[in-house]
Amino acid sequence: MIIEALNRKLLRDLWNIKGQMLAIIMVMACGITTFIMSFGVLDSLKLSRDVYYDRYQFADVFAQLKRAPEAIRQQVLDIPGVSAVELRVTFGVTVQVDGMIEPASGKLISHPDGRKPLLNNLYLRSGRMLLPDEADAILSSEAFADAHGFTLGDRVNMVINGHKRSLKIVGIVLSPEYVYSLAPGGMFPDDKRFGVFWMSQRILEAAVDMDGAFNDIAIRMDRGGNVENIKQELDILLKPYGGLIAYARKNQMSHWFVQNELDQLRVMGLFAPTIFLGVAAFLINVVMTRQVATQRVQIGMLKAVGYSNLEIALHYLKMVLVVVVMGSIFGIAGGIWLGAGMINIYTEFFHFPILQFSFSVEVMIFAVFFCSISAVIGTLVAIGQAAKLPPAEAMRPASPIQFRRTFLERVGLEKYFSHLTRIVIRHLERRPVRALFSTLAIGLSMSILIFAFFMEDSINYMLEVQFDMAQRQDISIGFVKPRAISALEEIRLMPGVMSVEPLRSVAVFLKSGHYSKRSTIMGIRPKPDLNRILDQNLRAAEVPARGLALSSKLAEILHVKKGDVITAEILEDRRPVLRIRVAEIVEEFIGLSAFMDMDQLNRALNESTVITGASLMVDPLWNGPLYQKIKEIPAIVSMSIMQKAREIFKDMMGENILKLVAMNIIFASLISFGVIYNTARIALSERGRELASLRVLGLTRGEVAYLLFGEMAVIILMAIPIGLFTGYLMAFGLAQHMDTELFRIPVVIEKSTYGLSVIIVVVSAALSFYLVWRQVENIDLVTAQKGIE
Amino acid sequence: MAKNNGLDDNITFRTDRLTKDYVTGETIVQALRGVTLEIPRGDMVVLLGPSGSGKSTFLNIIGGLDSPTSGEVYFKKDRLSDYSEQQLTLFRRHNVGFIFQAYNLVPSLTALENVALVTDIALDPISPMAAMEAVNLGNRARHFPSQLSGGEQQRVAIARAIAKRPEVLLCDEPTGALDSETGIVVLKALQRVNKEFGTTTIVITHNAAIADMADRVIFFGDGQVTNVKVNENPCPPEEISW
Repeated sequence: MIIEALNRKLLRDLWNIKGQMLAIIMVMACGITTFIMSFGVLDSLKLSRDVYYDRYQFADVFAQLKRAPEAIRQQVLDIPGVSAVELRVTFGVTVQVDGMIEPASGKLISHPDGRKPLLNNLYLRSGRMLLPDEADAILSSEAFADAHGFTLGDRVNMVINGHKRSLKIVGIVLSPEYVYSLAPGGMFPDDKRFGVFWMSQRILEAAVDMDGAFNDIAIRMDRGGNVENIKQELDILLKPYGGLIAYARKNQMSHWFVQNELDQLRVMGLFAPTIFLGVAAFLINVVMTRQVATQRVQIGMLKAVGYSNLEIALHYLKMVLVVVVMGSIFGIAGGIWLGAGMINIYTEFFHFPILQFSFSVEVMIFAVFFCSISAVIGTLVAIGQAAKLPPAEAMRPASPIQFRRTFLERVGLEKYFSHLTRIVIRHLERRPVRALFSTLAIGLSMSILIFAFFMEDSINYMLEVQFDMAQRQDISIGFVKPRAISALEEIRLMPGVMSVEPLRSVAVFLKSGHYSKRSTIMGIRPKPDLNRILDQNLRAAEVPARGLALSSKLAEILHVKKGDVITAEILEDRRPVLRIRVAEIVEEFIGLSAFMDMDQLNRALNESTVITGASLMVDPLWNGPLYQKIKEIPAIVSMSIMQKAREIFKDMMGENILKLVAMNIIFASLISFGVIYNTARIALSERGRELASLRVLGLTRGEVAYLLFGEMAVIILMAIPIGLFTGYLMAFGLAQHMDTELFRIPVVIEKSTYGLSVIIVVVSAALSFYLVWRQVENIDLVTAQKGIE
Repeated sequence: MAKNNGLDDNITFRTDRLTKDYVTGETIVQALRGVTLEIPRGDMVVLLGPSGSGKSTFLNIIGGLDSPTSGEVYFKKDRLSDYSEQQLTLFRRHNVGFIFQAYNLVPSLTALENVALVTDIALDPISPMAAMEAVNLGNRARHFPSQLSGGEQQRVAIARAIAKRPEVLLCDEPTGALDSETGIVVLKALQRVNKEFGTTTIVITHNAAIADMADRVIFFGDGQVTNVKVNENPCPPEEISW
């Protein structure tokens, strides 16, 4: 049956409460938007990655070695589970770019002559692939070419094995091995200072004296292959050739970083939206319940004239339908729009051939369904309450509820309260459940604000710890191969160098029981001043005289504690295996390192005092001459400038995580405002008549406002500590989940975050009060007094 | 005469020892203490009595808006006190027109639409416009309640109540919020409906003068019927002195 008049009532009612409806729609849309955006971005990245890996034959197992003859190819293929093998030559080079004062480094990778690579195939963005035996030609990674504005036909100068060569870029390519492109030892992608290049295999072999040999191997497994078996057999096979421990795809640098980023995104991007969606759903429920409750008299009348409960329920559900449909449309559209924007940001760090925003219908349905069901339940509960009453009773303005002296008054504080204040506190005490729900709703909306701000706080704190407390050097340099400690003196003499600290780092495979992890032992001075280690209270710590200092995350991965003894297989020439005691657990928010006294490390390796790199503090005025000098020293293969690393890290965070954070802050503010505004509006519609009567009795507008807003103000005051506490809990929850191998998030919430969250809630309240206040001023005293709706 | 269980076609309502208790906190209020009554078909009945005497409770129970604590209510041949929630809804939908002191119009609907709200679900209604004309408000049909005077709003409520051609019209203080002049207009409208449609009309009032226009006056006091007076010559509303 089409009930026309009832539908018309619906439309007009909706129009009359459009402010409240918009607020609810906004809350719902915010919840859905963040949800669809975040899930969409995550799904899109995962999908792009998986498709890319699959189409371009990303390998499953990798290993590096010193040098082996190509003839062992068949032996590798004979390992059970191996379906394809690619043998390659890779070589670190220095790249000199005109106009850039600091040196750049690069990696040259051999490209099979006359065929496509079987594994880790290249995606040609522009230009062409290499011709067989094409000399003086390279393919450049797109990231490096873009960072320097190189185009096809441009030449790049490189120092290969001590010889300077000028090479022409004939093609610009992407590789599944370098989705995330990191210089060896680097923490963050720096496309300006690190590039990957491909060269004809035979030409490269000749250039680096590797004819008929290889130093890098990639393997594809067949379906039934067992990674562990293949790794083991490969290690045995390659050991005589200086093979380092083979590793599976999950430990491949680019993949590991991509995976870590995805893990972070999953936590940051999904934790927040899930909380948002949950909070939004809760708020919609509370708000819809009250909205319908204000219609009690009309529900009674509809029943009196013969409408059935079902017809009435359907009528109000249509109201919900409008909210749900509008909220979903705005939410979905917003999610797609923002998601597409976010994806663009990721293209800067993740070099995929194609990265497009897409989202699954399931995600959308879930988000919409979740909010809708909550709204529907809220409505039905309210209708149920109204319909339960006999119509005669429902139609009467809610019979005066039973008030009594409140607890505060009973314990003798009565004399301190004015009559108005008594009304306020009796109202609160009379309906404690409702007061509790309002308090929870506002508290939750505040907690998501804290949660949003917290991410920014803790990223800043992480940066501060990493660069101001731990890595205090200006520059880190790395040598091609270990050098005598006397090299330090040469460095000290370079222009602008104010102090210098040695570093002896060595790749290592740490094992404890059946737990293991590839890492680096950093041999440093006992009391470092630049490259420091921090104890668990983040105070500078001394390097233990005996034993190893493990970062807490590494200790967790290996399941060891202070005092345990672990096995360290050194991944260098002779591959000595050491048994070392864990002497200290140190804190590190970024990375997974182990630290050791340098002399102790050298003794354990039976080496004279050698170093592999150095940390420098320099006078910035001398940066130019210093960089020039470093460029000219062939023994230095890498240089990282901490300031740049910090900038890149900040950029990276700023570009993705902090943008998410900014959006979360906006959404959280909107949600807060929506909830508070709605609560105030509904309080007005419930108590409008009472307030008008009081005005008739001669109360001033100010006194009436005190009654209306006093209750709200108490609720907000109670909500603030709840918001602060749940906000902290959410932050703590995120930190627990955010514990990836790459990053740990410290639970750091600045006082300003708490302050700002409180301010946003209070400003939302003030604005809501103002908007509602204008309605109070418009109460028509005469008609209101007559009790006419 | 009460032996036939209310099977007399000329009786619209019959109640038997009707009681209604309200429990508020620790006290029980006995709103009705055994009301036994018959209301003949087509009568204009006025219920008189001080506030708290049980008139409204009685009206709400026979109108299916509330249920009795004990006793029985018959509507024609049916025992109303046995009705389910669903049956009560249909009873109200098809047989009863209500008029309340507070009018209870939907503020977001025009006068005509308020009437249509009822005709939409009625079995054999007159057109909403005809109902509006019956209360002489044809020219105000497109106005919203806020644009109408109290008397006009109450006449819209009457139009809404009669548009479904109910068997009975139940009016709780229909003129309570009105001045005498407007009150008379409303009463005339009620009387016209009663005469022209033959609708059994029950009116609650404080105003003893209104009783002059009734066929039958039932006096309530302290939850009981204290007296029933049959008026052989009801006078027209305009002759009522307030």
